[in-house]
Amino acid sequence: MKYLLLKHYRGGPAPAVEFTPMEKWTPEEVDAHMQYMSDFASRLQETGEFVDSQALSSEGAFVRFDGEGRPPVTDGPFAETKDLIAGWMIIDVESWDRAVELAGELSAAPGAGGEPIHEWLEVRPFLTGVPGGTD
Amino acid sequence: MAGSADDVASSGSSDHAEEVVHVGEATAGTVRVDEALLRELVPAVISVLGRRGADFASAEDAVQEALIRALDTWPDDPPRDPKAWLVAVAWRKFLDAVRAESSRQGRELAVDAEPPAGPAPATDDTLRLYFLCAHPTLPPAAAVALTLRAVGGLTTRQIAAAHLVPEATMAQRISRAKRRIADLPLDQPGDLATVLRVLYLVFNEGYGGDVDVAGEAIRLARQLAALTDEPEVAGLLALMLLHQARRASRTGPGGRLVPLAQQDRSRWDTALIAEGVAILQAALARDRLGEYQAQAAIAALHADAPSTEETDWVQIVEWYDELLAITDSPVVRLNRAVAVGEADGPQAGLTALAEVDPGLPRRTAAAAYLHERAGDLARAAELYAEAARVATSVPERDHLTREAARVRQLLGP
Repeated sequence: MKYLLLKHYRGGPAPAVEFTPMEKWTPEEVDAHMQYMSDFASRLQETGEFVDSQALSSEGAFVRFDGEGRPPVTDGPFAETKDLIAGWMIIDVESWDRAVELAGELSAAPGAGGEPIHEWLEVRPFLTGVPGGTD
Repeated sequence: MAGSADDVASSGSSDHAEEVVHVGEATAGTVRVDEALLRELVPAVISVLGRRGADFASAEDAVQEALIRALDTWPDDPPRDPKAWLVAVAWRKFLDAVRAESSRQGRELAVDAEPPAGPAPATDDTLRLYFLCAHPTLPPAAAVALTLRAVGGLTTRQIAAAHLVPEATMAQRISRAKRRIADLPLDQPGDLATVLRVLYLVFNEGYGGDVDVAGEAIRLARQLAALTDEPEVAGLLALMLLHQARRASRTGPGGRLVPLAQQDRSRWDTALIAEGVAILQAALARDRLGEYQAQAAIAALHADAPSTEETDWVQIVEWYDELLAITDSPVVRLNRAVAVGEADGPQAGLTALAEVDPGLPRRTAAAAYLHERAGDLARAAELYAEAARVATSVPERDHLTREAARVRQLLGP
């Protein structure tokens, strides 16, 4: 079963722990965080559970159709209050419980002072392309 | 001996091009296909089919099929004459396709089963393929894909892996490109400038899969330099060689970016540098300067310097001025401002930077660097953090985040 682990720049439930923004960390703390993330991905590759991982720029816009012959309407850059996706990891695992376990691990990435940042990650099951059940 | 395999494995992913073994050379009971030789043969085989009357699109498809077949069967059954094998198999694939098409249309298409090979010289044919595959009417991404397949002899799967897109997407991109150039008159001269731009894109863009795409770009530039007599082709080849020489030192553990000033210059490939410089000097001596020669000259000045401090920044700024005169690009202006900062001090650099388009993604990073050099650490830290937010790649973003942390630490608590 595939799951999407969504990372947000902002939005989601109120932070469990007010962590110091990354730009205020020491270089060693930044390194430790990045190492943790890359080790996590490598470990999932080894267990055969990794599918894909991508980071998104914080730039961009909302876009919609505005009628025939008219250019699309854009709304952006994103308002400060809006939920903003930072990136994702797609995993292919045995169960929902395993997906939650892994998201918990990813959220334990170290931040300032080496403490886990307790970041909220959104976990979403993929709808499959194959009808389930038996006829 | 047990250690030698490990040594090869640990020497880095940039060495794929050296893994080539010639056809017939046995390793551990089976024969490894000489993919480099195969790739070199592809444009010539397409040309043979063309001389026998096949249109480009069908000939190219047939050769691609023969290529995939070769990769599959040569390990167990290497041919004595690889080119003759490819021509025979590709021609058969072509005839099969024609027959299938004829029966679908219910009429005979006029193609001789065994026409004689024409007398046209092969070098002109290969050159024509470069121009066709990088035709100005093609979008750059399509030209890159088609060049890699028809001139470079890569499989669709390899090209797709290099660009991190599904194989079906890449196949579609290539067949649409071929449809687009199907009706071009063949007697029109091609545009060398777009060919060079496409090769440079190939050099800079490959990042996935197991094919060393940058190495392939160098091979194609080398071949083009042998087929033409244009200083700019030599300039591009020199530029690629000089960049390639520094490639290994540009990334550290975990794929992190190592800026020029911190690169371990003992890891630079001196043989590639010497070759690049020699090619560049011969090109410059012909006194027909172009953008690639100017860029290569800048790369050569970096390659020649034992450190950033001992770099001839004054001359680099002069080359940027030449480059600006040829091509007034915002990226060149930005790089020039950084060079001015080294040559005439950070304030001069910031003044030059003020004229650069603020929308340029790397402008904020350059501003951060120049402010740091000027001693304004607080502003530099802010700008590095801002530059990380607008970075367009993960390695750049991570690097700029580290720079922000480093400068903030210098500021103290």
